[in-house]
Amino acid sequence: MTAPNLDMELAGDAYGRRFAFSCNLPLSGVTVITGPSGAGKSTLLRCLAGLSRLPGRIRMGDETWQDGRLFVPPHEREVGFVFQDTRLWPHMTVRETLTYAARRARGAVRVGEDETISLLGLAPLMDRSATALSGGEQQRVAIGRAILSQPALLLLDEPTAGLDRDHRAEMLSLIARLTGVLDTPVLYVTHDAVDAVRLADRRIEVAEGRIAGVVLDRPSDPLEGLSAEARDGLARAALAAGLPPA
Amino acid sequence: MTEAIWTTLKLATLTTVLLLALATPLAWRLARGKGLWRDVVGALVALPLVLPPTVLGFYLLLAFAPGSPLMAPFAALGAPSLAFTFEGLVVGSVIYSLPFAVQPLRNAFEAMGDAPMEAAAMSRAGPLDAFFTIALPMARRSYLSAAVLVFAHTVGEFGVVLMIGGAIPGKTDVVSVKMYELVESSRTAEAHMLAAGLVLFSFAALLCVYVFDRRAAKGFR
Repeated sequence: MTAPNLDMELAGDAYGRRFAFSCNLPLSGVTVITGPSGAGKSTLLRCLAGLSRLPGRIRMGDETWQDGRLFVPPHEREVGFVFQDTRLWPHMTVRETLTYAARRARGAVRVGEDETISLLGLAPLMDRSATALSGGEQQRVAIGRAILSQPALLLLDEPTAGLDRDHRAEMLSLIARLTGVLDTPVLYVTHDAVDAVRLADRRIEVAEGRIAGVVLDRPSDPLEGLSAEARDGLARAALAAGLPPA
Repeated sequence: MTEAIWTTLKLATLTTVLLLALATPLAWRLARGKGLWRDVVGALVALPLVLPPTVLGFYLLLAFAPGSPLMAPFAALGAPSLAFTFEGLVVGSVIYSLPFAVQPLRNAFEAMGDAPMEAAAMSRAGPLDAFFTIALPMARRSYLSAAVLVFAHTVGEFGVVLMIGGAIPGKTDVVSVKMYELVESSRTAEAHMLAAGLVLFSFAALLCVYVFDRRAAKGFR
């Protein structure tokens, strides 16, 4: 498994407040980004994707995405982005949406179209309008679109936020399965502590517009056997204790 | 009368095509822009809505006159003046109908927001690619509305074409001016035909716009 280094040093004002993100760490597997809402998790992802811009430097592996006046535009970065609000295009079917991304993919092919469709269970949805689907189905299509652009880095911004409890669990195990198959490092933003425990190889904590800490090792699952509610409570408590005071 | 109808159709079609091409980047910039300049340009674009057409016609006439600085490049090409020419009418119509093209497109671009285009960028589509494959098809009903409105508005213009066109048969004589001439010379039967035709045409055009709008409100597909 490739483990490109993410070297980032960003500082500046955006959306009327101050941000300062700095880190230098190898990315492989799943890196979960947690933090209270409004802490800057989505801004961090948007800066990596090139959708937002803060002054500074971003190097991903041996590519420089941003440095001083150099700014690689978002469509030229090999990044896949799954948005919280799916952002599927209303004038396309599922098939057209996936083809759109696949046709524009550049670089190494990491996952095939058929594999994606079966992995995400999209086969029965292919000819339906993307926006006529349920929330969970839409998010699966959005994930398919993101991975078919063959990204070197996959960014997921709270993909379970709009879902109810059952669909959330389903989506989580889907993402877990996906990241097991994909050879692409994943940055996964969530404010749900259970997500963090289940998926993370490492965890980045964001608070008050900056990276407050990086927890590197994958925790063995000490919560096994507990009910979902108990796990949730425990994880929240643990996370809350580790956060700097607001 | 047929000659006038033909000139009018030619003028309205040409104006519609040119204006949609011109209004697209303008509407996009207005929808995405920020600050004072956007309001200034927005107000300039809307000006033909409130100005008396005769004022617009007066300034266009000055601009089109031989010796006017705006005519210098045309004079070099052997056309010293655009006044009382079909080409001049086209330019006048484009300016006169500008708000009818820009406003629906601007609304559509504003309503779709940045989200679909950001999703396109994340699928490796460059800005132009994304515009033609995402923004344009998403705004297609607004393009239809804009096209119908511009076409109909151009057919209906009177003051501007009278001042800069001069009603030269076969060249700048359009139906709205023809209508005036028919009434002036008491050719009532012909006036009735032309008037009824225009009422029917305008009604059909507006009906189209409302049907498009209602369908658009219902969502896609």
